[in-house]
Amino acid sequence: MMKKIYFREWGLESRNYWMLLAVLAAVAGIGGLAALYMEHHGHWVTGMSNQIVWGTPHVFAIFLIVAASGALNVASIGSVFNKTIYKPLAPLSALLAIALLLGGLLVLVLDLGRPDRLIVAMTTYNFKSIFAWNIILYNGFFVIVGFYLWTVMDRKMKCYYKPAGVTAFIWRLVLTTGTGSIFGFLVARQGFDAAIMAPWFIVMSFGFGLAIYMLVLMDVFKRDQRPLGDAIMKKLKGLLAVFVAANLMFMVTFHLTNLYGTENHAFEAFILLNGGIYTAMFWIGQVLIGGLLPLAILFHPTLSLSRGWLTAAAVMVVVGGWMTIYVIVIGGQAFPMALFPSKTILESGFYDGVNGMASSYTPSVPEVLLGLGGVAVALVVTVIGIRMLKILPLSLADEVADPHAGI
Amino acid sequence: MKNTQDTNQKRRQFLQKGAAVTAIAVAPGVMLHTAAKAKPVGEAVTDAVRWGMLVDAAKCADGCDACVQACNEENGLNLLQKPHDAEDEMWDQQIPKWIRNVKVKDNLTGHVTSLPMMCQHCEHPPCVDVCPTTASFRRADGIVMVDRHLCIGCRYCMMACPYKARSFVHEVVEHKLTRTPRGKGCVESCNFCVHRLDNGQTTTACQDACAKDGHNAITFGDLNNPDSEVSKALKEQSSTQIRADLKLNTGVRYRGV
Amino acid sequence: MKVRAFEHGLLLALAVVLLAMAGVASADDKAGWKSGTSLAATQEQSCVRDAAFMRRNHMEVIKHARIDTVRKGVRGVDGSLSECIACHVNKDDKGAPIPVNQEGQFCAGCHQQVGVALDCYQCHATVPTH
Repeated sequence: MMKKIYFREWGLESRNYWMLLAVLAAVAGIGGLAALYMEHHGHWVTGMSNQIVWGTPHVFAIFLIVAASGALNVASIGSVFNKTIYKPLAPLSALLAIALLLGGLLVLVLDLGRPDRLIVAMTTYNFKSIFAWNIILYNGFFVIVGFYLWTVMDRKMKCYYKPAGVTAFIWRLVLTTGTGSIFGFLVARQGFDAAIMAPWFIVMSFGFGLAIYMLVLMDVFKRDQRPLGDAIMKKLKGLLAVFVAANLMFMVTFHLTNLYGTENHAFEAFILLNGGIYTAMFWIGQVLIGGLLPLAILFHPTLSLSRGWLTAAAVMVVVGGWMTIYVIVIGGQAFPMALFPSKTILESGFYDGVNGMASSYTPSVPEVLLGLGGVAVALVVTVIGIRMLKILPLSLADEVADPHAGI
Repeated sequence: MKNTQDTNQKRRQFLQKGAAVTAIAVAPGVMLHTAAKAKPVGEAVTDAVRWGMLVDAAKCADGCDACVQACNEENGLNLLQKPHDAEDEMWDQQIPKWIRNVKVKDNLTGHVTSLPMMCQHCEHPPCVDVCPTTASFRRADGIVMVDRHLCIGCRYCMMACPYKARSFVHEVVEHKLTRTPRGKGCVESCNFCVHRLDNGQTTTACQDACAKDGHNAITFGDLNNPDSEVSKALKEQSSTQIRADLKLNTGVRYRGV
Repeated sequence: MKVRAFEHGLLLALAVVLLAMAGVASADDKAGWKSGTSLAATQEQSCVRDAAFMRRNHMEVIKHARIDTVRKGVRGVDGSLSECIACHVNKDDKGAPIPVNQEGQFCAGCHQQVGVALDCYQCHATVPTH
């Protein structure tokens, strides 16, 4: 029989708590100032142009949004698939999902040309647009996951726990499908137009979200000196390894599918061989840091037992994941569009890939600061959430969260 | 308020009817030729007209940029000023361009062609499909344009356009023309000089400039009217759509590409 | 406990900001009217509706016109912003038009007084250009 699990507010010493909050708020504030600066002058102060229309803010935003739906997975395994050991992890999972989505959306909105017109986006819909659907999906995510969190935390709401959990799980799958479809339906650009984008984004979300979840879990437990046993970490570690491997598999499938058609060879050569920064980011970031290295650690018989190495693996999944999105989003735009198939553009007044040349993009400082600000907002929400609400279990020591008791 | 609106509605309708009656009574001969083109100023456009263009690349002179200059002047693009600290090359990548010259070489034959590229005014425009707020829209008369009042500057249309026809306004705009409003943070593109067409004119600035320089590479008109110059030219000889494989049924067609 | 105090402080600050905003919004009714004016505005009969109506509802009229114009191609409508500007723009000593959004001018005069953002001229010309 499992011991009863008690949830308590994060008990960090007041001074440390406010210090942590102040640091995070400062980063978020700087991000806000960066957005204000770009908004005041216009986008010419960024590295974005009429060629690379989505830049670093979009990489951060998409990464956070994808990770948000993934962070909810830990809760879903408990509530939808009835794995008892995951149940005490659910409140943090739901909170983190809301926090990450908020951070990501904030970055996305603050990068709009007219962020002051957000109300237009909320009230005027073109239902043929994936973007419009995503606005509804994102808003719904907040409501559904918020309600789910309520059913998890309030005993009186127990009867709604299961349906809320199932709805949240389905909603998050649809949401990531929507995010992937933003790129999947872009027939104009070779780097995007692929149906595999939607499922691939779902698989990515599993990995990114779980890695962030593990990092936050380990950190907040350590700071509050709450016991976190190996039983639970072993479960999460194994899960992360599966997700990272699946992500690699989808990546290979995407590129192999492209390589099958001759028309895509130039694009594949760009990403895999001669695309400069994008090629480097692909092999070093996407394949090595985001894939092979963390896999090696997670499957290693002794390294994977160390919390330090586990942290390193999760950080790698996050960093490599960010680079994966960078290669997809910006690399996909940098590669010139095929305006005139089987012709070479010799001259152009609008940078149409003259002689096959890729478009150039250098991230500007305010873009990066805005993105980091979004990350900080996500963490601020998480930290305040665990401080004010009974999100975290007092202990996840092995004798409390024994995996053999409930499964 | 309703009453005043009704009154105005009636006044407008009366004026329109009056104009129509006058037109029919005075010049039936002229009507046959021009009525399908020039729409009364106070009337909504309909799908009876589809504006379109034929570009004959064989007539497009290498090194000539008359159409580009004319477009820039007509639509106030020449009024944009480079911000103080902006670098020249970066600024050139960020400034809006509605029409540009492109020179292409056939990889096999080596044949070189010059041509102007702009919004192709698709029947099935991807930019309209992806726009979350309906800011990107296709007018009844086939013109694809941006309603700046609804544009939130997300640039999804720029990602979706297969012709790279759209530009984002990256800077605060100091000098504007009444006929072409423009402001920081919205997306824009060629609109076939819509202010001219709405006010009864039937040519675009690029077409006029090309004709003035004696090249006559651009023919513009109503694709739905079999007697229009552009329809006749298209019927007579073969023409192509750029990226015809996407089946967008473009309103801009090319010859000699 | 500290957490709760912080929360209450935040709520209080929010309430103050909201009250301040409400104060600005109702200012137009009590404050002495010192709007910018124009020659056309002093000859009320020339406007598309009477002045009292326009003062409150001009945006509705303009909005209606803008939808007709941009999306349906109807020009020369009553609420056309370019017509508004053509009538209400003032000229300086040399006869050059003064932008309607300049301090004290027809549009800016009122909008500054009541603290309502003037969004039109981010995109629209502030003097007639043809």
